[in-house]
Amino acid sequence: MAIAYPFSAIVGQDEMKTALLIAAVDQDVGGVLVFGDRGTGKSTAIRALAALMPNIPVVTGCPYHCDPGSPTPGLCAQCENGGKDFKTREQPMPVVDLPLGATEDRVIGTLDLEKALRLGEKAFEPGLLAQAHRGFLYIDEVNLLEDHIVDALLDVAASGENVVEREGLSIRHPARFVLVGSGNPEEGELRPQLLDRFGLSVDVRTPTELDMRVQIVKLRDEFERDREAFVKKWKRKDSAVRRKVEKARAQLNDIDLAPDVLERAAALCMTLGTDGLRGELTLVRAARALASLEGKAEVGLKQLRQVAPSVLRHRLRRDPLDESGSTTRIERALEEVLDPA
Amino acid sequence: MNGEAAWQDALLAAALLAIDPAGLGGIALRARPGPVRDSWLESTRELFPDLPWRKIPQTVSEARLLGGLDLAATLKAGKPVAQAGLLNECNHGIAVLAMAERCQPTTAAHLCQALDRHEIQVEREGLSATLPAAFALLALDESVESDEQLDAGLAERLAFHLDLHEVGIRDLLESGYPLEDIAAARSRCNAIECDDESTRQICTLCLVLGIDSPRASLLAQRAARAAAALAGSHRVSETELEIAARLVLAPRATRLPATEEEEQETEAEPPPQEPQESEGEQQDPGQGEGMQDRLIEATKAALPEGLLNQLLQGGVRRSSGRGGKSGQMRRSRSRGRPTGTIQGVPRSGARLSPVATLQAAAPWQPLRRGAGDPPRQLKVQRDDFRVVRYRERSESTTVFVVDASGSAALNRLAEAKGAVELLLADCYIRRDQVAMIAFRGETADLLLPPTRSLVRAKRNLAALPGGGGTPLAAAIESAAALATSLVRRGGTPNVVFLTDGRGNIARDGRQGREAAREDLPAVAALFRESGVRGMVIDTSPRPGSAAAELAQQLDIDYLPLPHADASQLSEAVRAASL
Repeated sequence: MAIAYPFSAIVGQDEMKTALLIAAVDQDVGGVLVFGDRGTGKSTAIRALAALMPNIPVVTGCPYHCDPGSPTPGLCAQCENGGKDFKTREQPMPVVDLPLGATEDRVIGTLDLEKALRLGEKAFEPGLLAQAHRGFLYIDEVNLLEDHIVDALLDVAASGENVVEREGLSIRHPARFVLVGSGNPEEGELRPQLLDRFGLSVDVRTPTELDMRVQIVKLRDEFERDREAFVKKWKRKDSAVRRKVEKARAQLNDIDLAPDVLERAAALCMTLGTDGLRGELTLVRAARALASLEGKAEVGLKQLRQVAPSVLRHRLRRDPLDESGSTTRIERALEEVLDPA
Repeated sequence: MNGEAAWQDALLAAALLAIDPAGLGGIALRARPGPVRDSWLESTRELFPDLPWRKIPQTVSEARLLGGLDLAATLKAGKPVAQAGLLNECNHGIAVLAMAERCQPTTAAHLCQALDRHEIQVEREGLSATLPAAFALLALDESVESDEQLDAGLAERLAFHLDLHEVGIRDLLESGYPLEDIAAARSRCNAIECDDESTRQICTLCLVLGIDSPRASLLAQRAARAAAALAGSHRVSETELEIAARLVLAPRATRLPATEEEEQETEAEPPPQEPQESEGEQQDPGQGEGMQDRLIEATKAALPEGLLNQLLQGGVRRSSGRGGKSGQMRRSRSRGRPTGTIQGVPRSGARLSPVATLQAAAPWQPLRRGAGDPPRQLKVQRDDFRVVRYRERSESTTVFVVDASGSAALNRLAEAKGAVELLLADCYIRRDQVAMIAFRGETADLLLPPTRSLVRAKRNLAALPGGGGTPLAAAIESAAALATSLVRRGGTPNVVFLTDGRGNIARDGRQGREAAREDLPAVAALFRESGVRGMVIDTSPRPGSAAAELAQQLDIDYLPLPHADASQLSEAVRAASL
């Protein structure tokens, strides 16, 4: 495995980093979509995130790494039937790559070929969706993903369960994961159904400040020349981020909402005319995760304002004749709702 | 740049690549196939002795690129055996991408990921593996037309962009760099010092030349370092920065370094001639902008003579044809939604379905098994092989050909633009594409290459020119050319003309209705030959015979829509194309 670039050594791109950390703190926020210019560190940031993931307790020997603390319907068949006394162990939260060109059978799982050939046994070999359960599923160049793979993903991402009915197998197993996608909008648009599965979406732009660009080149160069030494040098900062995420996860449920946050979130969504309730829910969830990351005891309007662009950007109804970008529209609505004159 | 200098640069680029292959990514070589390109490839190959050198054909299948199940070995061993893909075979060596301008988007995406990560992840056919794939890529770009270009994402990851079109046989005087020098340089390369000032200069130059991606600065820095190693020095100096600027940055430039700074120049102090001076100034952090200006001047001065001209030419070529190569227009036949299996041999891109094959073999086992055979072993014969069938929708592309001439042009253009954007807004649901050709004055221009990207469409359509004559024949000709190239790539074009049908400029630029009419039969025949569907939408206030006649000549539908607005237009087109 190649050594990943440290998360804390990524220069700038604060919105992207925050969105990824929010998803790491509260996985129910939904996924993160990172869209933007080439060479802006999209993949770098997401791969770096893997190194920051906290450990999670899992049932020993369970191929789907079930959560021992989960209520019964959330477990796989094997753990469900096995009674309540599991052996447990800790493992890092999985971050699974779904590479382009992955075949359907590897994504959703298929007949175990080796067992079938050698023993004549019908056994299920879990796919990438099973591996990603309770963790992250990362798709680079998400807009180049083939349609039938997208279809398979959509259903599982919505239901949190992978149902395999193929090749004489009939299997269902839990598959709840955070979908993380990156891509370049010039390569094509995403299907609206897939877009809808992402909780947060981030627009990354090339930094235009000279100092920042110099800094990017310097750090990246240092990394390329001696990866191990570089990672060692940034280890302390990365651990600090990791501890922050762990702490934020632990205290997430103790964070209250300031009195008018809910109302303002609803007003914001109404002003922008977003469909459904999901926008509001995600707004509040993301704001809470951010407050937790910042060590606050309460979600305030500041957090709401900060997460609003990421949460709402891809939920606006598309108006092809409106020249102003969605970010500008959100900014306008934020001013209207949060700072009424 | 003259041919000899271009050739020397090409040799230098190859030498630098040999010094730091993984760091520099590779070379994009624009050249026609022929002795010049062959001798460059030959001399480059000599720089990589005993290393893998694999050619990736344009038609490579995903299975071959990434690797997959080795059928013969799997059946023999009784357990899945992986077969290495081309990318893995290239490890530590060189991958030569032939006809890179026609490279499929998925192939390009795989190459990009391998170049980024130096390894590939394979999740196919029951196999799951991460395989090393550290290689340098030589992308041989044979494009002549501007609508075909190397994938932008791929081009960005290759340090050097060379153009050998100007090089003739006569120019091939110099030979390559000796192998010992390169080996020595390779061992030194990583230790070469590149001080902050040099890094800053590279980044400044990028900003000035309008190069957005930080990858360009990184590659330039590495190129400078390799050049310093080759020159036997211990640190990057002005000479090496010049080389990096010429080989890495100049071909990427999107604007000339003059534009914005021009006005300030008059007030700025005279630019320092020597880089040492600007280094000295760095110790004085107090003078923010003044120093910045001088730095830009210094880097400008560092650019070799003639670069500006070259920039201008290169820049124009780039901006006119940017895009057109990305998007998902070219899909191979082996992609799409699997729709069951069929008996057949896994060859020429067809993918084996292991499970169906086993199922087909199962009933025969008792018969095939001889007395002495071990009971557990499966006997699979060629007849049992089942391959996956795919169903793929042929992508349709709506090509708008818009009359932008005369007084009513602005109005029609706005409508056409609106229709394009409305169609695009739902085309990602239908997975279709939109393109637009506008004709006015003496020419017909491809304003929007086939795309489904709303982002790009908006950008390209933002400034639509209008007014002038009506070069109808030229428009039909370009529409036919675009349609034919779309058909060639497996798409289904649907051409929509928005015009009043009254041409007044001939194909060679002569004025007058008569001259224009003479050309029509020939180009109309050309269009008919392409067998493309379409319609003529008559936009004149009083629908008349001219447009109807045109539709007849082109053998496509005729629809008078004198006061169409954007949504009416898009409705009409949608109804016609379904």
